[in-house]
Amino acid sequence: MPVKVMIPTPLRPYAGKRDSAEFNAHTVGEALGHLTTQFADLRRHLFTEDGKLRSFVNVYVNDEDIRYLAKENTPTKDGDTISIIPSIAGGCR
Amino acid sequence: MSSAPTLWISGHLAEKVRAHGKETYPHECCGALLGRDADAAARTDSEKDAIAPEREILSLFPLVNRRDDSPRNRFSVTSEDVLAAERAAREQGLEVVGWYHSHPDHPARPSQYDRDHAWPWYSYIIVSVQSGAPQEMTSWRLNDDRQEFFPEGIEIRQRAAV
Repeated sequence: MPVKVMIPTPLRPYAGKRDSAEFNAHTVGEALGHLTTQFADLRRHLFTEDGKLRSFVNVYVNDEDIRYLAKENTPTKDGDTISIIPSIAGGCR
Repeated sequence: MSSAPTLWISGHLAEKVRAHGKETYPHECCGALLGRDADAAARTDSEKDAIAPEREILSLFPLVNRRDDSPRNRFSVTSEDVLAAERAAREQGLEVVGWYHSHPDHPARPSQYDRDHAWPWYSYIIVSVQSGAPQEMTSWRLNDDRQEFFPEGIEIRQRAAV
């Protein structure tokens, strides 16, 4: 069984309106790579131009934030769920 | 998503957004907009056939601004707060369709910082609070290529959707 990537509401219009997708992947980075290959319009919303995850994009494997694991090199195993959770920021100047 | 959308909100909820901005002045306030979107998968076929707004705000989820270091010109909502807002929305049969924040002593126009940190699809309501008094309220959505926000009309309604 592959890993499941949960797609947050604001990104679903760029993923064929799907709320999840499944991929065979051994790391978080590999799964996100498959996701943005299948749905290329997602890439600019998840990654900066130099290919880094945007700061307000939070990624969890099951309930663990990958920032506290091995970031995009965090290993995944069959049946894991990867969740993309937005954080929201802004300000007047 | 390219046509000019309109956001429906009741006068009562619009007033609550303004009041939150007044309450936290001179700091920025923030919160989630809970409601329904016409594109949302949760709608039944009969609801799709009915005359309904494209997007309507039916509830608010006020949040604490987490930017303790710079609350006068920044706001931050953690992923834990986002999950709490989504949970609150689900409990009411709604979804998080956007976010609001205030611009203390600044116009109700998105800043470069707002744009750099925005997500597509969400509605971003901004209320200007000048010298403690809420003024103009606007709403914006990020375009698909992240290059600009486009304005979204706000339609003040006196009653909620059917």
